[in-house]
Amino acid sequence: MSSTPQVAPSQPATPNPIAVFLSWFGEFGIFLWRVLTSAITPPYEFGEFFRQLDEIGSKSLPLVAAAGGAIGVVLALETRNSLVRFGAKALLPTTIIYAVITEMGPIITGLIVSGRVGAGIGAELAAMSVTEQIDAIEASAVNPYKLLAATRILACTVAMPLLTLAASACGVLMGWLADTLIEPISLTHFIDAGFKGSHFKDFLPPTFKTAVYGLIIGSIACFTGMRTKGGAAGVGNAATTSVVLSSLFVILADVILVKLILLIFP
Amino acid sequence: MPVSEISKTANSGVAEDTQPAIVIQEVTKSFGPQRVLDGVTFHVRRGETLAVLGRSGTGKSVLLRIIVGLQTPDSGAALILGTNMAEADEKALAAARTQMGFLFQHAALYDSLTVEDNVAFPLAHHRPDMSVSEKKDRVRDLLHEVGLDGHLKKMPSNISGGMQKRVGLARALALDPVILLLDEPTAGLDPISSGEIDELILKLQDQHQMASIVVTHDMVSAKTIATRIALMDKGKVVIEGSFDDLQRSDEKFVSQFLHRDF
Repeated sequence: MSSTPQVAPSQPATPNPIAVFLSWFGEFGIFLWRVLTSAITPPYEFGEFFRQLDEIGSKSLPLVAAAGGAIGVVLALETRNSLVRFGAKALLPTTIIYAVITEMGPIITGLIVSGRVGAGIGAELAAMSVTEQIDAIEASAVNPYKLLAATRILACTVAMPLLTLAASACGVLMGWLADTLIEPISLTHFIDAGFKGSHFKDFLPPTFKTAVYGLIIGSIACFTGMRTKGGAAGVGNAATTSVVLSSLFVILADVILVKLILLIFP
Repeated sequence: MPVSEISKTANSGVAEDTQPAIVIQEVTKSFGPQRVLDGVTFHVRRGETLAVLGRSGTGKSVLLRIIVGLQTPDSGAALILGTNMAEADEKALAAARTQMGFLFQHAALYDSLTVEDNVAFPLAHHRPDMSVSEKKDRVRDLLHEVGLDGHLKKMPSNISGGMQKRVGLARALALDPVILLLDEPTAGLDPISSGEIDELILKLQDQHQMASIVVTHDMVSAKTIATRIALMDKGKVVIEGSFDDLQRSDEKFVSQFLHRDF
């Protein structure tokens, strides 16, 4: 009996993680370049931009406001005990207002928008990609980078500082409410005490840095969505990847931007 | 004629009616080690309908995507009204695409837009000269043409597969194209709906005299709507001619495909 030599089936080569990492950034760079060049070329998609601004901005407002308010309450309750223990109770309004406006409001808004909008854009564009809707747009001689990506990225960039303002305002208001329920203090006095000796430069850069968060969330969500292949599983992966990566990059950007703001506005 | 010569001739101006609207010259395309198109050559003039038949995975849909510029060939050229789609700049590509209507296999309707807005999409982006009411009238006319009066405000998810194909067809015709590309227009439809779509394509072809390419597996449909049939196997056009030419062929693959004769 002759024996047939057994040939092991060839295994697909495992991709080099460094090559995958570099390839991702390369493709992301090309994507951003296409979006930028399409965005600055007329005609402009104002209608779609305002529709996205409503979708991303107005519809995120209740969630962002609730999160901002909750942060204000938690900060008021947590810091009161510590400040009372060290005899610095008078600093409570300042602590709440600085914490909310300089860091808590922006980062909470960033993470909430990463979750809500990042997943939404990622899944929507991924579904459009796998059902050939993006190809249909391109076949209609309409640039999908302009119509789908540029409008969403710009809407995220514009909406983020506005949402941050709302979150911070709710945080301060709810912080005051939590504080005044324990020890009554008028809102005017709370605000006066909190902002005493502060300048616009203390609050404007932290609020407007969130435009960068918006840029990051919009870019990553659009990039992830538009390159999706492979049916329902692909759509699910795109939504998850979009949220994970945009949250991660928002946190990284926060570290870098805080340092930059401290350098530029010492 | 070499590709470069065809390109030069074709790019010298807008193609006349006597010239083919679509010229596919020695097109090859591979995905990894798999060659899906291997030197495909044919042309289609205005008023002609070429049905491209072949087994699944023989690159028929890829061919349509190359024609519309969604993919580039590895070699060879797709010349559309004189424009080499692989080498055209953004402006030329957009100009060529506005002359083409493309019905995707699954219609690819924009699911966030109503039927009316889907059909109006090309008009909204390419006909700034038309007023809103003119665009609405045009959309109504197109939907009437494909037999979908009274469905304007429905969402694509609320209409049947056959109706989605009709909406896709109306959208493809919105800019009054010179070229119509249909990717499996009757796939997934019952025989009656398939017959209706075939009749509709024949009627539209008769009215608009476009250069059409229909990718299909449906032999009955191909026989009904096509003036010529190209049968593909392993990335090559095995035979091209009328349905009668195919029936007379003694090629084994042609016989297998036509008569399920194994």
